[in-house]
Amino acid sequence: MTTALLTVTDVSKRFRGLTAVDRISFEVAPGEIFAVIGPNGAGKTTLFNMIAGVIACDEGAISFDGARIERERPDRIAWRGVGRTFQIVRPFPALSVEDNVMVGALLRSHHLDAALEITHAVLRQLDLFDKRLHLASTLTLPDRKRLEVARALATQPKLLLLDEVMAGLRPTETDRMVGILKEINRTSGVTILLIEHVMRAVMALASRILVLHHGARIAEGAPNEVVRDPAVITSYLGAEAL
Amino acid sequence: MHGRVLIAMLLAALIATPAFADRYVISVLILVFYFAYVGQAWNLMMGFTGQLSLGHSLYVGLGAYVAAGLWLHAGIGPWLGVFAAIAVAAAVGSVTGWLSWRFGIEGVYFALLTIAFAEFTRIGFDHIDMLGAAGGLFLPVNAEEAGQWWNLRGGPLLFYYLALALVAGATLAVAWLRRSRLGYQWVAVREDSEAARALGVDVFRAKMIAMLISSGMTAVGGVFYAFYHRNLFPGQVFEMGRSIELILAPIVGGLGTVFGPIIGAFILTPLGEALIAATERSGFNAPGTKAVFYGAALIAIIYLVPSGVWPWIARRLGFSEHRQ
Repeated sequence: MTTALLTVTDVSKRFRGLTAVDRISFEVAPGEIFAVIGPNGAGKTTLFNMIAGVIACDEGAISFDGARIERERPDRIAWRGVGRTFQIVRPFPALSVEDNVMVGALLRSHHLDAALEITHAVLRQLDLFDKRLHLASTLTLPDRKRLEVARALATQPKLLLLDEVMAGLRPTETDRMVGILKEINRTSGVTILLIEHVMRAVMALASRILVLHHGARIAEGAPNEVVRDPAVITSYLGAEAL
Repeated sequence: MHGRVLIAMLLAALIATPAFADRYVISVLILVFYFAYVGQAWNLMMGFTGQLSLGHSLYVGLGAYVAAGLWLHAGIGPWLGVFAAIAVAAAVGSVTGWLSWRFGIEGVYFALLTIAFAEFTRIGFDHIDMLGAAGGLFLPVNAEEAGQWWNLRGGPLLFYYLALALVAGATLAVAWLRRSRLGYQWVAVREDSEAARALGVDVFRAKMIAMLISSGMTAVGGVFYAFYHRNLFPGQVFEMGRSIELILAPIVGGLGTVFGPIIGAFILTPLGEALIAATERSGFNAPGTKAVFYGAALIAIIYLVPSGVWPWIARRLGFSEHRQ
């Protein structure tokens, strides 16, 4: 499949003796919503950070949009079209919501007016427009999570990497976020790669799921196949999922 | 919009001030403008980009010595010499920045490095005989040059308007930079460099540009200093106390704000002058008395308005666009 937007090939990462990610390969097609799930310590965030360029992989190759990116800096990868969020949200606290998103929007549009237009459009998509003049430090957690997505989206990415954006949200907030992400994927066609623990969100969003355990792949496929996989149930979902 | 009217009125008042102010008030205002100007330059580094430089006297000193040296030894006037001063200071600034940020020296370690650079430059200048070494460099006052504004020879009014123009220019530049793409990148780096990087900001480049602009701007202040005071001693211009002195106005006025350095300078310089006058008049002028009261006043201001005087005023006047 040469049309994949993101191709991860035999990527490994070791921290001292611990193999955090063990020869993982997968492909994400343009426009797809792809989920990576697995128990804590499965290597999801490590994998994610290697794609975003924050940590270097020991072995393997990562291709994005036809270019090798496994040795590139995070800002170059962002420039190529990968937007990311952080598991523990990192808003710019002393800036307004609008200015937070402006930083992202200015990656591609060098004119303030154009960037402000993008910013306002993104803030409307994420239900943050009315709070655009609030300081980011005053936002509630669900708002911060959406700000994190808004900021990444303002860079106009081809691939959006979402690191547990549902964590800590109440079910109603989760459904709201799922709705927003679906809408964004549908209207702008942005490809989404998400790491998620909240199965309710994964099942509602993902077209394919990769399951990691101790850094290795134990299953990959469509959501309803993966959740019935015995290996996935014993290592992650637990017997009650049956 | 009424903010702009207020600024225009303030500027007009300052332009008109020499018509009715005496020499003493003019000399205090020149100091105010000087500190507001170098405060603007330093604020780009710390207030906007979050990089604490405690060695900005280095760029004041380099600017001062380069322009004074060119004038004394090559007859090159300050209006040309200022470009050489900017170039030298920016080059030294970029070496400092490159050495620290390329090798991951951040925060307090970066601050220590800026002090080190200023200190060893001071020691170096103590031994440059061509520039007067430790004995000092003096710009002679020749009668035939009197009134040659193009050589920065003139009365207090020349320096008053020059300093006012520097502050006004710097403030406009800073206000413009803050609302530019670069300005957004700077504050993003200040707030969270990791998150900035994820949004495509080249953090190293953003910091280096801040350093270049800040050191170059500060050097212009140094040229002003040299031709206003007409004497330079390495132990005075490069001294760490000088670096601290020039960061107080932006801190008191409001870090990372466009008007903070101006407000801070308008508070601190007259405060210092008033304390000198008060201690002299009271007869209670033991060494250090002024410093004790000055320090107490600083503590009080920072305790009362921790984020600076300007943000506090801006809120009172309804200029603040943020909702808390």
